[in-house]
Amino acid sequence: MLWIIPALPLAAVALNLLVGDRLGKRGISVLAVGAVGLAFLAAVRAVLALAARPEEERAIVETAYTWMRVGSFSASVSFLLDPLSAVMTLVVTGVGFLIHLYSTGYMWDDPDYRRFFVYLNLFMFAMLTLVLADNYLLMFVGWEGVGLCSYLLIGFWYEKHSASEAGKKAFVVNRIGDFGFLLGMMFLIATTGSVDYERVFAAAPLVFAAGGAVITTITLLMFLGATGKSAQIPLYVWLPDAMEGPTPVSALIHAATMVTAGVYMVARSHVLYLLAPTSMEVVAVIGAATALMAATIGIAQNDIKRVLAYSTVSQLGYMFFACGVGAFGVGIFHVMTHAFFKALLFLGAGSVILGMHHEQDMRKMGGLASKMPWTHLTMLAATLAISGIPPFAGFWSKDEILARSFATGHYGVWITGVLAAVLTAFYMFRLYILTFRGTPRFEEHAAGQLHEAHVAAEQATHGHGHDGGDHGHEHGHGGPVKESPWNITLPLVILGVLSVIGGLVGVGKPWVEAEPWFERWLEPVMGPAAGVPEVHLRHVPVGLEWGLVALSVAVAAFGIVMAFRAYLQQPQLATGLRERFSGLHRTLLNKYWVDEFYQAAVVKPVYEGAMRLWRFWDEKVVDGAVNGVGYFVEGCSAVLRLFQTGYVGTYALFLTLGVLALLLHFLRS
Amino acid sequence: MIPIGWTLALSAVLFCIGVVGVLVRRNALVIFMSIELMLNAANLAFVAFARQMNSLDGQVFVFFVMTVAAAEVAVGLAIIVNVFRLRETVFVDEINLLKG
Repeated sequence: MLWIIPALPLAAVALNLLVGDRLGKRGISVLAVGAVGLAFLAAVRAVLALAARPEEERAIVETAYTWMRVGSFSASVSFLLDPLSAVMTLVVTGVGFLIHLYSTGYMWDDPDYRRFFVYLNLFMFAMLTLVLADNYLLMFVGWEGVGLCSYLLIGFWYEKHSASEAGKKAFVVNRIGDFGFLLGMMFLIATTGSVDYERVFAAAPLVFAAGGAVITTITLLMFLGATGKSAQIPLYVWLPDAMEGPTPVSALIHAATMVTAGVYMVARSHVLYLLAPTSMEVVAVIGAATALMAATIGIAQNDIKRVLAYSTVSQLGYMFFACGVGAFGVGIFHVMTHAFFKALLFLGAGSVILGMHHEQDMRKMGGLASKMPWTHLTMLAATLAISGIPPFAGFWSKDEILARSFATGHYGVWITGVLAAVLTAFYMFRLYILTFRGTPRFEEHAAGQLHEAHVAAEQATHGHGHDGGDHGHEHGHGGPVKESPWNITLPLVILGVLSVIGGLVGVGKPWVEAEPWFERWLEPVMGPAAGVPEVHLRHVPVGLEWGLVALSVAVAAFGIVMAFRAYLQQPQLATGLRERFSGLHRTLLNKYWVDEFYQAAVVKPVYEGAMRLWRFWDEKVVDGAVNGVGYFVEGCSAVLRLFQTGYVGTYALFLTLGVLALLLHFLRS
Repeated sequence: MIPIGWTLALSAVLFCIGVVGVLVRRNALVIFMSIELMLNAANLAFVAFARQMNSLDGQVFVFFVMTVAAAEVAVGLAIIVNVFRLRETVFVDEINLLKG
């Protein structure tokens, strides 16, 4: 009954499309949220059944039907539940359910309420297909499906030009990555003759020479796909712009689930990556570089959602460098903890944005802690988690990643990760302080304020990524700042609890002697396979291990203290630094001008080239061929038309001549 | 007894008159009559052969031909009447809407 898990959201899509307009908002919500809730319950049941099996039998494969059979190649629509996809399925349905619930509050006043939930449920279907697929081809179906939903939801407020542009950008950038994935998959079919995980991984050590050119090419191409979907250098540019979408979308798709698909794919293909050490190095270096670069940009951004977006890019970098140093399980662990705290951060930011009447500029916030107690408390937990303070969830996964990169001798990557950790703690607490602490930097209007003031405020904020779209007006700008309703705070609290304790499943050395529970759970998937080289871990003395833990706590604490000093105690410090390093600040504020560089180096040449192709090849050659055929037929017809006189007599004459000719023919023979 | 050759010759002459009538006349009614002429030329040939071969098959066939001819006249005349109502002419060279 695995198929029921993705089928439930799909059924909700169909029902909401067919009869949603007659159900009313309440009915739509029950249908959409209920379907995801049921999918979560079905997933829990399936995972419990999986866990009850002995360790070596922990893989349930269910074939729905054979999709295609071409010669010796065949692909089927079949689902696989093993410890790895179990983790992903639980995270996707669980966090997805909470975000659906949250959306009922956040999107309540939107005129396109039904469309939003149709897209959101469609996304759940595609994402669950992606993680539950038993072969690369079906995974690719889900992969494209989530890409489509991401595009649709980024451009949800399509009347806003920036939103539709951002959706387009996400789609096009992802397409580049998808092309790599597709090529990699075709190489796999050509070399191993299959797309089934089991058969590909069984054949890989026999077909490929370890470290050979073929396997390196395949894994690098697949990693290109991952950089697109999971927003890594060089294809990360779409994710910050994706913040044009509604905040629950940012939380679900662009933080917790879809963007981790690349990490999932790399972890799923760990057998292939282990055979290609060069690709592993590339993954590690790209991951670490992305983690550091995105963190530096995050420092200078003022839009609350953009800070979180760069933080997501940075955290995804951590996941990839975990995979790159061979710690695939730890990467997935970070996917899980990140899903908890980053979804929470986005949802909290959404709650703040709602409370601030669609203000996203952190410079216009401040002092919200007392006005929005639940949001404040849960956001604080998530901020501590992402900064890496024990015992919050993010600490365990991030510390484990750093420890592993140290133990495998990737010192450069390790130092980059530590630096990124300092910056993470710093910019996250900058966000926290600017939003919740200090004195309010906004004017709180009473409910019945003059209309002119609202219009002015509206115009002042229009330059920024203004989340509300046009539905913001229904709230009326400038009411008092207040806590959000229960269906917004409840998901916050649940995710808050998970952000605090969710990392305990992965506690390992040096805290406890045994192997972490999470890693043991993934052992049937990630464990050593025949013919596949293993990751060499050098022995790290216990004292040094504690030292590393102390270091990562110390750097986090240092970042936090610096943030408090620069933004709360001595605000002149931040201003002074900004003035002293104004060039650097401008570089960071403008995101290293990468967008501008891509515009000039890639978009424009392609655009101009396409323009030429259109003018010459399309208009002259293709259109010329099509029109030429038309002219030729027309010319022939002009001659043939002469026979069609319209006079019955002529036709009768031709008929008679024909009969006579036949007669002559038969008489002669 | 008249030799069969003479009868067949008469039949052939009648048929040719019919063909020429269809080809050269403009009045739809005359064309129609010419077609009847051709059918009857065929009938004459049938009867002549039936007599020659001492078989009734040809005679029976003639009845079929006459039935078909009657049906054809019913349909054809209806068409001509309608064309006349619409165009006020029965000259076929004025009815040339099918010109390509």
